[in-house]
Amino acid sequence: MSIAPPLELHGLTSDEYRLVVAAIGREPNALELGMFGAMWSEHCAYKHSRPLLAGLPTAGERVLVGPGENAGALDIGDGLAVVFKIESHNHPSAVEPYQGAATGVGGIIRDIFTMGARPIALLNSLHFGPLEPNEDPSGSTDAADAARNRYLFDGVVAGIAGYGNCIGIPDVGGELSFDASYNGNPLVNAMCVGLARHEEITLARSAGPGNALMLVGASTGRDGIQGASFASATLGEDREERRPAVQVGDPFLEKLLMEACLELGSSDAVVAMQDLGAAGLTCALSELSARGANGAEVDLDLVPRREPQMSPYEVLLSESQERMLLVVRAGREADVTQVFERYGLHGVTIGRVIAEPVVRASAAGQMVCELPGRALVDDAPRYIPAAEPPLDLATRRAERLDDLACDRPSVATLLELLASPNARSRKPVWRQYDHMNGINTLVDPGAGDAALLRVKGTSRAIALAVDGQGRLGALDPWLAGAAAVVEGALNVACSGARPIGITNCLNFGSPEGPAGYWQLSEAVAGMAEACRELAIPIVSGNVSLYNETANGPILPTPVIGTVGLLEDRSRALPMAWQAGDELWLLGGLGADEGALAGSELAWRRGRFGGTPTIDLAAGRRLVDLLVGLAETGTVAGAHDLSLGGLGVALARLAIASGIGAQVEMPSAAAALPTAALFGERGGRVLVIVAGDHAGRLGAAAADARVMAERLGSAGGGELRITIGAEQLAAGLPRLLEAWSTPF
Amino acid sequence: MSRGPRIAVAVFPGTWSERDFAHVGALLGWEVRLVWHTETDLGSADAVVLPGGFAHGDHLRTGAIARFSPVMRAVTEFAAEGGPVLGSCNGFQILCEAGILPGVLLRNDHLAFRCDWQALRVESAAGTWLEELAAGDVLRLPISHGQGRYYADAATLDELERSGRVVMRYADEAGRVSDEANPNGSLRSIAGIVNERGNVLGMMPHPERASEAEVGGTDGLRLFRSLERWLTAQPAVAERGL
Repeated sequence: MSIAPPLELHGLTSDEYRLVVAAIGREPNALELGMFGAMWSEHCAYKHSRPLLAGLPTAGERVLVGPGENAGALDIGDGLAVVFKIESHNHPSAVEPYQGAATGVGGIIRDIFTMGARPIALLNSLHFGPLEPNEDPSGSTDAADAARNRYLFDGVVAGIAGYGNCIGIPDVGGELSFDASYNGNPLVNAMCVGLARHEEITLARSAGPGNALMLVGASTGRDGIQGASFASATLGEDREERRPAVQVGDPFLEKLLMEACLELGSSDAVVAMQDLGAAGLTCALSELSARGANGAEVDLDLVPRREPQMSPYEVLLSESQERMLLVVRAGREADVTQVFERYGLHGVTIGRVIAEPVVRASAAGQMVCELPGRALVDDAPRYIPAAEPPLDLATRRAERLDDLACDRPSVATLLELLASPNARSRKPVWRQYDHMNGINTLVDPGAGDAALLRVKGTSRAIALAVDGQGRLGALDPWLAGAAAVVEGALNVACSGARPIGITNCLNFGSPEGPAGYWQLSEAVAGMAEACRELAIPIVSGNVSLYNETANGPILPTPVIGTVGLLEDRSRALPMAWQAGDELWLLGGLGADEGALAGSELAWRRGRFGGTPTIDLAAGRRLVDLLVGLAETGTVAGAHDLSLGGLGVALARLAIASGIGAQVEMPSAAAALPTAALFGERGGRVLVIVAGDHAGRLGAAAADARVMAERLGSAGGGELRITIGAEQLAAGLPRLLEAWSTPF
Repeated sequence: MSRGPRIAVAVFPGTWSERDFAHVGALLGWEVRLVWHTETDLGSADAVVLPGGFAHGDHLRTGAIARFSPVMRAVTEFAAEGGPVLGSCNGFQILCEAGILPGVLLRNDHLAFRCDWQALRVESAAGTWLEELAAGDVLRLPISHGQGRYYADAATLDELERSGRVVMRYADEAGRVSDEANPNGSLRSIAGIVNERGNVLGMMPHPERASEAEVGGTDGLRLFRSLERWLTAQPAVAERGL
């Protein structure tokens, strides 16, 4: 069949156009083609990632809802479920940081309350280019880049604060990193966590021909048109011209929508709910129908609009925020309308569920589109391109770091690391977020490796963390995917919680080149392997590709959001010590040159290469051990070693506790002292032992086959670290001053 | 009183602390009723709370639309009759906009939202909500606001001070008041004031968020215990002829 594709392809290729024709058995009209363009965009269709994602473990005894719905859900006992997901809003934030970040938060919140769960916590993973040219060891950030990065950083933080604070969901934690690869292309990943009773969970599957399709919330405007396609392309020089693709958020309206939807969730008038996000009404109608194996018929003239003269294309593809599509039992429309009206919202019936599996829309009495929902949702092509490691990877991995590993560590280096933008106190950021709303927050952001929230009415708490390490991704994306899982598990285990499930956000450059696709596929494979080893299911997630500018792609940054469950929150472990406590290192010193590969210290010294390593089985044993140590009250506190290694971890604990420590490094540290003190090999935890529990700790560690080494004890007003004949000592005020360096 | 106090918490579109007040009220054995902003009857409430949040999205100005909500007529009457009213955060802003308390809350001087634990020095224990406190006490309560900078003209401020109606100021943990310890640029570091009779308290901090040890502190309870003490000392509602 010879078909001449039209000139305007809405982001599709000529080959994809032919697939559209094959799928529907005719040529689409311009509107229908626009709908395919949005639904078959990478953002909506996961064309490059879906075959890879199929390899992720998603099953587990706690899994109530896995991937494919608006969010995943896990059983946490007593008939309660935790509902959560992470999602990116990178491209919009690169153009309009305040609204880009704000609508990212708004979108992920809608995903949670659409499921019938009350959102109780937000977290975010933020990655920016350096805020100062001299903070870029690669030398590729000039003053203009740095100024742009600061504008993006300030705008994103304000946008997250503006939305989350107003809607009243606490922002309880997250991560923040800086690297030149994010110049002009920041990563803004937002995670939301909600609570629901099992029976309150609402799925997005339409059912019952004749039931009403009600559109609720904001009127439909011309914002965010083609947002899905925009998010599926590289950020180019026309960045400023793409502002119309960015949506504008209204957290007040979403607050009303949330309260109304939660009230309706417990009513049997509502069969299903779907929020309107990427690809707007088109996506909501086709996904609801495809999941429910039925169809939808709507009259676009009934859609409330902000502006006159909107075309059917604009109405069907607008990404105006704060809108929901509800499937309402026929005859019960008035009950639903009544609830919405109390909140000053308008619920309008725009059509009906039909048995025939097509999405049909009319405008001004004319049929404007008629497409099989499945063709829009499921028939997008899947791409498995050639995968090859980047050409320079072998050279970079071969870099030797032994000279650095042997360096004499100094107090100056410790203070430099503590003060670095990647390590210093995040308080200037998180105090802009209401992190206490709902009065469940048991640990201030930054006062623990994970956020800890109580579950009212139970003895339980949930622990939450987000982790992603782009630098490891640059050297070994498989390892970066695996390490994020292990680090997240250890973060929650350091508060005593058992990791029970994760959500992932895959931030990568273009998948169309062999190196980009290789990075993506390796990271997913590493993530899958770690999930299997640690027996943690992935229940939701999001993929953000094409994160690159004219200067190249971002570091491959797989981000993991981890949920942990602590059955008895009175057993929660703090990240602090008391004078007299003993300090023990679990998981081994790991003092080899590989420990510096991808580390903060190496990168600050312009050493971007090396070969990092990971031991997944050891990570699993350590997680299990920590959970047991917390349950039995054997340890009095814990802190996961990450950026800046043992040295920065000790300093952080000293600052958090307001008490110093005397540490004698194990003798093996003397040969490679810098690797021992500042190496970042994962799978290591510092635990705090009170009283005479050291014997119990030793026995439990031996049983678990985890190496445990005594480091020293807490006390005094300075941190003193002895490595062989060397001694480093710094008073608490100096540590605090370095760590408190403002952004 | 044999029964728990009846507390009406006004709920406006966009407020959120009502849920937290309801939680804490339940712990204290209070009968908490959430009163939607369109209602005009507070029932037989012993006290009224205006919660934190973003009533009407803070559109126009904080509290500027909420003051016109029907429930505010009832709140104004209740306050005028001497009934205890607490406005915290957005509730304080609404009380000022409604003219029940003097002054106004402006945008924080550093222009950013600020959420943190904050020390406060009690200046005067005047009033229904402060009976269990004493001047000089230092409280530790959460703040969470973008527009908490208390502002009034000098004459009003002088009058508030003279009459002992400035009841709490931002301070450091030792109770020292200073510009450094002022989180939002409030004039004279004012964090909370009462009306002339002392029955209406407006404050930016959130006492309901500091009512359980496991979430970081219990200083907020001292305000609620003050209310309970005051109510216990009152003749029953029926005897007051309300």
